[in-house]
Amino acid sequence: MNFIDGIGMISPQQTLVPGRFPDDVVEYTADFLKCIEPVYKTYIDPIPLRRMSRLIRMGISSARICLADAGIAMPDAIITGTGLGSVEDTEKILSDISKEEKFLNPTPFIQSTYNTISSQIAIHLKCHNYNTTYVHRTFSFESGLIDGMLQLGEGSSTRVLVGGIDEMTLNHLNITRRIGLWKRQPVNNLQLLNSRTPGALAGEGAAFFLISADRSDHSYARLRDVSTLIDIRGSYRRDQAIRNFLLQNQLQPEDIDLLIVGISGDAVFDPVYHQFASDFFPNAPLAWYKHLCGEYHTSTGFALYTAAQILKSQECPEILLLNHKAPSRLKNILIYNQFRNINHSFLLVSFPD
Amino acid sequence: MPQRILVTGYGIISSIGNTVQECYQSMIAGVPGIGRICNIDTVLRDELIVGEVKRTLPELLDMAGIEPEEGYSRNTVLGIIASSEAFHHARLHENRQLRTGLISATTVGGMDRCELFYNDFLTNETRNAYIDSYDCADSTERIASRLNLTDFITTISTACSSAANAILLGARLIQSGKLDRVLAGGCESLTKFHLNGFNSLKILDQKPCRPFDKNRAGINLGEGSAYLVLESEESQKITGNKPICELKGWGNACEAFHQTASSPDGVGAYLAMKKALELSGLKAADIDYINAHGTGTDNNDISEGKAIETLFGNRIPMVSSTKQFTGHTTSAAGSIEAILSILCLEHQVIWPNLNFSEKIDELNFLPVTRLITGEPVCAVMSNSFGFGGNDTSLIFTKI
Repeated sequence: MNFIDGIGMISPQQTLVPGRFPDDVVEYTADFLKCIEPVYKTYIDPIPLRRMSRLIRMGISSARICLADAGIAMPDAIITGTGLGSVEDTEKILSDISKEEKFLNPTPFIQSTYNTISSQIAIHLKCHNYNTTYVHRTFSFESGLIDGMLQLGEGSSTRVLVGGIDEMTLNHLNITRRIGLWKRQPVNNLQLLNSRTPGALAGEGAAFFLISADRSDHSYARLRDVSTLIDIRGSYRRDQAIRNFLLQNQLQPEDIDLLIVGISGDAVFDPVYHQFASDFFPNAPLAWYKHLCGEYHTSTGFALYTAAQILKSQECPEILLLNHKAPSRLKNILIYNQFRNINHSFLLVSFPD
Repeated sequence: MPQRILVTGYGIISSIGNTVQECYQSMIAGVPGIGRICNIDTVLRDELIVGEVKRTLPELLDMAGIEPEEGYSRNTVLGIIASSEAFHHARLHENRQLRTGLISATTVGGMDRCELFYNDFLTNETRNAYIDSYDCADSTERIASRLNLTDFITTISTACSSAANAILLGARLIQSGKLDRVLAGGCESLTKFHLNGFNSLKILDQKPCRPFDKNRAGINLGEGSAYLVLESEESQKITGNKPICELKGWGNACEAFHQTASSPDGVGAYLAMKKALELSGLKAADIDYINAHGTGTDNNDISEGKAIETLFGNRIPMVSSTKQFTGHTTSAAGSIEAILSILCLEHQVIWPNLNFSEKIDELNFLPVTRLITGEPVCAVMSNSFGFGGNDTSLIFTKI
């Protein structure tokens, strides 16, 4: 069995202290939700820190918060997922190339490679163990979890560090708004569902988890299963996939005490979640999280943070609930996220008994 | 007993050929694919030489049988061509009940189009069809869509070891019982993005690269794509495919030393090779040939050479780099060189380390400098190391 034993979460909310939900929700009216960043020199030496771009800083810091939370110095594997890597560095290069194709400073190029965060964490920890990076849109973090669970299953590792990290920039927001991903106007994150317009509210985050093969007295939750499904040809394979997923985990729909979905305020794709909930879990309390962190490729890191805290504290904050049904029991939580109705992912977490 | 992982199909496109057969012919003939830059309009055109696939994007689209349609980046089309060859070789369209995954690797993804259209992205709607190619998953999803491979897909990016890590993950997913067969590899196209990036690091040689030579002066970049089909033994019984070889061992380790430099003793390389060897159950003396990462940089070749000496002691296998033929194809190097290594098992040959004249002072062994034939080749090791010290080693054995 696999347990979540440590969390490090940098997000647009006050999530820097693991182990409890923030007291207050941060409200924004913005084009996208930006992370509340820690004092980096707490986690990173000042000399390397100076040259590091923002995503790398967020990644290393959240990894360190996570390891400290778990009380572990050296993980058996370091696995990261990132949909876009360091957008800031990539943009610097693209902007230089499109002008006169001269750039002499290699730092943005080095930092633009997607594995920079996983290898920087390894360098900081002097960790020679298994190290890899997944870069597949909304499967990036999930692929990392699947690999981490494989590692634990193989018996070569007992404690793996898995993270999902993504950032947003104004340029990237403007570019990807052209293909319909985002809202055209700034919106209030707490009024997101009232907007009823196409496109999501963009966000960002860095979430790390220490997944352990052994339960400890501070385990947050049991990470039971993670599954990704690609439905490129619109063949409605998702419905069969969720049935199989429950079956493999020997669960009935009634066993799901809380369904956390990736509703993002996008009038085009939110119906996918509502349909899913009513088709398969009509009686389950429904929760969401993207009003707190925004939409990004590794947002299920925030969802997993949320689920783990709920299971540990055995309470579900009101701000998360969507259908006014408070969960009567908190044993099994299912997270469902999708992107363009093509990339679907399921994450199952349970009380760590 | 863990499942055996059988290789039952492969496909390549690179500067030395558009199919596995063509690449093999170039290797046997000793003809490298390094030359002037033809397909990229870059200020570095007259300074650098590269291993370029000698076709324009429209020509590649035509070759792949893709209707001229917007949105395809060069790496995607290279990926489609190589993956299709492997797909048909192992007849993945048959026995659809078998769970079949696609694991692909890339680092610069669709940057060839993005760098061309970046100003349009920022200012107008004319190039919206290419915006998706900004991210690495785009090529993987287009390959999956064309080949209808949907049981599991993901994309890996660990710089120059990416495709080796895709093969490694494929093997592990089969061993865990999650999949029956996997199409795994990588695709990378040359871009101004990384030509300039590597150039800013001052690790590109303006002459043909000279791995393991005392006077080596850096890398010749290359492009291409390659995929392997891996199957469990049970799957292979159903498909009836003839196994080409067995993927016997794999190891992944991290240098944890420096973002772009290897450690002087090559600890990451050593650990990756050692893990692969341990998993394979072979002894060091069983390895007949190492297809080295051998980039031709000052740093890599000493580091890798030291690691080989540490692991193999005074019984060092035959070693060569094949990047003098293909160029350094970065994220695709792991799968391109895996196939070149497998060809050694199939045809009982060992590839020469071209452009060699003088031994590196710090190392005690010489690379193989001529094509070796007539000696038994039963086990080969293929090394791929990346920025950030992401090091991976694979071992293939004759059936």
